[in-house]
Amino acid sequence: MYSEKVMDHFSNPRNVGEIADANGVGQVGNPKCGDIMKMYLKIEDNIIVDAKFKTFGCGAAVATSSMATELVKGKTVEEALRITNKAVAEALDGLPPVKMHCSNLAEEAIKSAIEDYKRRIGLLNEEDAGNACGRRCEDIHNLDDAD
Amino acid sequence: MKDRLIYLDHAATTPVKPEVLEAMLPYFSQKFGNASSIYSLGRESKKAIEEARDRTAAAIGAQSKEIFFTGSGTEADNWAIKGVAYANRKKGNHIITTAIEHHAILHTCQYLESDGFEVTYLPVDGNGLVTPDTVRAAIKPNTILITIMFANNEIGTIQPISEIGKIAKEKGVYFHTDAVQAVGNVKINVDDMNIDLLSLSAHKFYGPKGIGALYIRKGTKITSFLHGGAQERGRRASTENVAAVVGLGKAIELASQNVDEYNKKLLALRDHAIEEIQKNIPFVRLNGDRTSRLPGNVNFSFEFIEGESLLLMLDMKGIAASSGSACTSGSLDPSHVLLAIGLPHEIAHGSLRLTFGEENTREELDYLLDTLPAIVQRLREMSPLYQVAAR
Repeated sequence: MYSEKVMDHFSNPRNVGEIADANGVGQVGNPKCGDIMKMYLKIEDNIIVDAKFKTFGCGAAVATSSMATELVKGKTVEEALRITNKAVAEALDGLPPVKMHCSNLAEEAIKSAIEDYKRRIGLLNEEDAGNACGRRCEDIHNLDDAD
Repeated sequence: MKDRLIYLDHAATTPVKPEVLEAMLPYFSQKFGNASSIYSLGRESKKAIEEARDRTAAAIGAQSKEIFFTGSGTEADNWAIKGVAYANRKKGNHIITTAIEHHAILHTCQYLESDGFEVTYLPVDGNGLVTPDTVRAAIKPNTILITIMFANNEIGTIQPISEIGKIAKEKGVYFHTDAVQAVGNVKINVDDMNIDLLSLSAHKFYGPKGIGALYIRKGTKITSFLHGGAQERGRRASTENVAAVVGLGKAIELASQNVDEYNKKLLALRDHAIEEIQKNIPFVRLNGDRTSRLPGNVNFSFEFIEGESLLLMLDMKGIAASSGSACTSGSLDPSHVLLAIGLPHEIAHGSLRLTFGEENTREELDYLLDTLPAIVQRLREMSPLYQVAAR
């Protein structure tokens, strides 16, 4: 049911791990729903120079995490924020319909990590801190329905 | 292509045994007669069906005329529950079942609820066992049916069927058991166990798919499901799938003959697997009762990892297994069985079910036991939950 590209990124995930001196870290998902994605970004001069992830989840969750880190590397913060869940899914040659929420998770993880970065450098107030963090299954599911 | 396939998913389905296939083959092109036809070709088919019926009856201690062939275990479950419910509606509208039944039972019960029936879903303990006392306490004057599975398909727990049967008989309530996972693995006698209706499915004991049977104790009030010709003594119309019926008959006969030997073999594999996994992998939980358990069933939760990922990695190593994770069910919730035994969602997501069968060897199990710890470790190292726990 998975594309070859999904299976490739699942069996040989790129950029697994943590970045010790990351300046943007975001975690989305919920153990209750069966997937959590934690993304570490290293941003220098507004450019994402390194990205790593840790994921608890299904094959699609691991593959989208891997692809998302690949997609953000080398991009400016603004470019990275424009990466949509569809772009992540398309880069993997598609995902089965029931797995589309995993690609939402990847998009949210990028946004959450960048939000954290902006907060750290004072571009964002604590109270503006985003809604990307700690999304619940229901929210992710609703996003699915909206698609 | 993988150079090996180790099939550890016998609770999902089993391969058709060569002897079974051989018995079936003549009934496709040579002895193809319709069992309702009067000429010898038809009579030959009729005879083959009746032989299969005798074998099926003998395997569960029933009379031949109490066996009705169906298209599947699911059909047998639907027929038993809806048939008894509608035939006894004047007597009452209450049905007792459990929270861990197969969906063929649960969704049928839910359907009946939408049609004015009342259903009690009994809870189970942490090992998946129903206590006979809770069954007794749930019986009301309007209770017409108790339906409790013989053995659970996911965690392998075997219910105290004899004790429940005794209570049902004493209270004058019909007792149905979904024995789809039990037949071929456990010795069953419908009289000794006071079972009034029993569902079984051939493909779980090395017979073909698409054929099952419902045992209906003589005198049970039950409506018919399929109306048409006079097949199955007028209770289940449809031209018989003769080859499949023959396959079921052959498979259940072989299963009954071999049950002791088969049990011994599976128990050795099961117990070795359970002991080794508990010994070699930290943060695991055995799901299901340790002793009142199907001989081929192993079900573990591995904390901090998700079941589908585990299955995909095992598949890459040539091992076919199953999980109760949401991702394998196509919904967002993990298995209702694992939740009913009290597992938190995140632990339920990380479950692995291994079910052994006839063709499995100790060497195959050793390969699994060599392969599994590294896969679990690899996924844990990728997991942010493990990161937190490790600290």
